[in-house]
Order: sequence, then structure tokens, then C-alpha cells
Amino acid sequence: MQYKGKTHRFGDDVNTDEILPARYLNTTDRQELAKHCMEDADKAFAQKVKTHDIIAAGRNFGCGSSREHAPVSIKAAGVSCVIAQSFARIFARNCINIGLPIAESIEASERIRKGDTVSVDTDKGVIRNITRKETYKFEKYPPFMQKIIRAGGLMNSIKGKGR
Amino acid sequence: MGYTITEKILLKHAKAKEVHPGQFISAKVDLYLGNDITAPLAIEEFEKSGAGKLFDPKKVVLVPDHFAPAKDMKSANQCKRLAAFARNFNIKNYFEVGKMGIEHALLPEIGLVLPGDLVIGADSHTCTYGALGAFSTGIGSTDLAAAYVTGECWFKVPESMKFIFSGKLPRWVGGKDLILHTIGDIGVDGARYRAMEFCGETIETLEMDDRLTMCNMAIEAGGKNGIIAPDKITARYIKSIKDKRRPGLGKCYSSDKDAEYSVVKEYDVRKIEPLVACPNLPSNVRPASKLKDVSVDQVVIGSCTNGRISDLRIAAKMLKGKKAKSSVRLIIIPATQKIYLDAVKEGLAKIFVEAGGIYSTPSCGPCLGGHLGVLASGETALATTNRNFTGRMGDPVSKVYLSNPAVAAASAIKGRIAHPSEVI
Repeated sequence: MQYKGKTHRFGDDVNTDEILPARYLNTTDRQELAKHCMEDADKAFAQKVKTHDIIAAGRNFGCGSSREHAPVSIKAAGVSCVIAQSFARIFARNCINIGLPIAESIEASERIRKGDTVSVDTDKGVIRNITRKETYKFEKYPPFMQKIIRAGGLMNSIKGKGR
Repeated sequence: MGYTITEKILLKHAKAKEVHPGQFISAKVDLYLGNDITAPLAIEEFEKSGAGKLFDPKKVVLVPDHFAPAKDMKSANQCKRLAAFARNFNIKNYFEVGKMGIEHALLPEIGLVLPGDLVIGADSHTCTYGALGAFSTGIGSTDLAAAYVTGECWFKVPESMKFIFSGKLPRWVGGKDLILHTIGDIGVDGARYRAMEFCGETIETLEMDDRLTMCNMAIEAGGKNGIIAPDKITARYIKSIKDKRRPGLGKCYSSDKDAEYSVVKEYDVRKIEPLVACPNLPSNVRPASKLKDVSVDQVVIGSCTNGRISDLRIAAKMLKGKKAKSSVRLIIIPATQKIYLDAVKEGLAKIFVEAGGIYSTPSCGPCLGGHLGVLASGETALATTNRNFTGRMGDPVSKVYLSNPAVAAASAIKGRIAHPSEVI
């Protein structure tokens, strides 16, 4: 799959309390969650973000609380892909499970600047920075995860399982 | 090559002949936990899946604890969804207000988790139960929904890190300080994707409440799980549980001598003093004695990290016959109904109220800025909780410092961060 959009920049250790503050955890309404996406990291994000935009961040993106509301709000806000130097474990698995593409690349994380237009090819493991005419590689998902992604998320991938 | 305790438990539950770090496995799960924040999303996914029935209702645990007793109408509706789901699917391990407590204090207390178990929970602090010699880890709501349907969860087998603690604990130093010291050393992503195995002579004599505190905060170093091999202290703890929900003492695993670790760290605890994690990361750790110029508006003693009876006993010891400074709001939240009642019986609740504090019903409450003590703009709290991220306890322009209960109680008396020896 390919994703292309303008990037929003964030730093290291952006935690899920900043991505989706707990004061909004009293709902599961996707559109409501989208309105508060990234609110405590960048108050204006929900107003600025456009469909297909991409988030580029530093180390340990999504650390802290397991709240799936965080990646759900990012997806519902229209973000097509998240690039980071590294992802916190629960956040990463939540993204795989709900079908929000992520790409882990130190080079991309270091080079991409706010507003750059980039494209991410998850089949080839390549990120193209169209603004800066640069290319960065990232490790493709292992086959186990690809199966979940190809199915369109974890719930689709387990269809027919159980008793 | 031998196996670590984490690898042994995963292997036992997986459909695999062997396991190695980096391998993806599907594993049978003994218990799957959700709360009033995370279970509603899981229930939605389960309903959308059309599965229609649970793989095993006995393995489902639902604890409304985050925004319960319901803090507002939307939260009330989320709690109602849990209650309805429990009723419709005959889930016995649903804990209504009055029976509930903070999930990670409640489950060990009633013997729902046993050594050797594989437990998942849609809450990052599910790693707490590693203190009992179980593999337990936080997952997301969709993972929980999948476990409702299949009874299984997918895992990447983690590398293990070994943390060896030696020496006798200094006065006023406990499990909280050992884990803060560790996180301060390796950083908030120092154990990312990895198992944190705690061992050594200090751990061998460490009581269960302190072990639970240590494993609880493995996630704050990015760890997949924290784990301590079960021993005499574990067996004594489990045998002491009245009306235990599950029979037996579980299955005790320990790491092989030739098991492989990606990192081995050794700490001499005699050099560790009461510590405080400063804003805005749990790794930003400094000695409490060096932070005497930090004044506090609120002190919170509670949470899944330090809301157990031994924590309340320490706090009461500090506060007995003394008053919290008039400018400080002192909020004490026992983690479960049992702890609440025990503290009343032991006279601890009286000490707290006479010290000018409030003594609350169990809830996660202010830890995640929910209710029962949300911070205003510019305010500072010292809490025995687990996270001090920006805005964690309320307004994005508020600050949270983390400490053990002795430092917290001493600081309530002084109105600023204090070393316990300043008070006793």
C-alpha cells in the first residue's frame, strides 16, 4: 500500500495522554475522539490536519497508557500513516490491529521536516520525501503482521476462529 | 540454550515446539481484563464481529475503576455497557462499585491471577501481575475483543533483561524507589519490547506489595512485562488469600541458569535513597533530599502502584498525630474495598482524616486526571502514582512528581517535597 501526504512533526516520547487526553476517554465515538487528537502535544492539530496527512515523530512514539483511543483518534482524524524513529509496544500493536500503517525509520525521523510531502510504500519498505528529494528505507512488517494488515485488521483476520 | 521464566510461560501457552526472542506466536490466555475505558471499545469490536458468544466467560474480567463511581454521564454510560455485557454473557468476574477496586490491586488480592498464568489486560499496568510469577502484559481493546472470540492473543516473544538487586534496603526505601532507580538508569524506552526480570537477594526478601509496585511500573521503561520468579513469599501471599477465586497455587517457573539475556544490570540498593521522578517523564529521577525547594499543592497516595495496605500503613506512620500543611490537599485512595476496610479497622483512616486529608472510595481517580483531585493550571502534585506526563493529572499546565508513600506523606506535612527523616 502507498500513502502520501504532508507531514506534521512531533518529538520524542510523545505519550498517549498527549495524543488523546484522558478527559476525553468517556466516549468511544470516533469523530468525537478525532476532534481532540494530539491535543496536549499540539492544541491546533485537529483543526490543521487534513485527510491523508502523515505524522513524523522521534523516539518511543505512543508510550504510556494502552488506550486504543489514541491511534483510533489519529486514524479518525484522517492521518494516513505514522512515521517514527521507534514506537512504544502497545501503541504499535494497536495500530496493526486497527489498520493504521506505521513505519519505523531513524533516517526518516531525523530528516523529515514539518510540512514536507512524503510518500510511504509499506510493500517495498520505502519512504520518499518528495519535498527534499530524498529516500529512506524501513523494515517491512514481518509476515505475521502482514497477514493481519492484509485482512484489514485483527478482527477480520480471526474471522471463523473460536468455538 | 535454556529459557527465561518469560519464555517458559509463553512456550507453555503457545502452539509451538520452541520459542525464541523475535518469534511471533499465538498463545492461549488464562485471563483477559478490561476496564470502563478500554472494554467499551472491545465490546463494540466483539459485537461487530458477529461472533455472538465468548470463547470462555470464566476468563473474562471486567472492572469499572477508572472513571467509577461514574464521574459524569458519559462515564456512567460506559460503566453501564460493562454491566450489561457482563449480564448478557454471564460473566462472573464483573466487579460493580462496592465490590470493585483498582483492577491491578484487586485481581491479586482475590486470587484471580496465579503463578505461571498468561494474562492480558487492556490497560498498560497489567504488567503488575509479574510479581506473582505470571506473564502479564498490557494490550489494546481490539486485542481484548479478539481474545473474547478466540481465547488467544498474538505476541512477539521478547528478549529478556535481568536486573539483579543486592544489599539490604535502607530505611524509607521500598519497591517504588527500586523501580524508579531502574527507570532512571535505563530510560522510558530502555526496556521497550523486552521482559524485565527482577532478581537478587534484595528481591528474595521483598514483600509482595513492593514486588507488585516494581512490576507495575515495568511499562514506564517501555517493558513488555516485569517478572519475579515465584518463591516462599509468593506461596505465602497466595495461601493467605481468603475466598480465593481460583483453586491451587499455580505453576511455578524459574529461569534456567543458561538462559539468555540481552542486558544484565546489577544494583546495590544500599546506595539508593528515597527517589522522586520529576516532570514530565518517569525517568527524570532525583533524590527526594535534593528537591526541598519544590512546593506542592496536592499530595495523592493511592493508585495501582502504591494504594495497597502496606503503603497506607507507611503513610499513616508518617502522619500520625501530625497535620498536612493547610495549603496542601491530601488525598488518600485505598486501592480496593478490602484495603479500605482494613485501613479503617487498623485506625489508619482516622489518622488520615485527623491529619486533614480525605479518605476516598477506591478508584483510579486523579492518577489519569479523571476525578477526585484533578489539577488546575499551574498546580503541582506529588503522587504515589506511576506517570508524570504533561497534563496527566489534569490541566496541561500542571506538574506531577512521583514518589513512594513515605515521601508523599512527609511532603504533605511540609507543603514541599520532603525526605521522610525530616518528619520522623
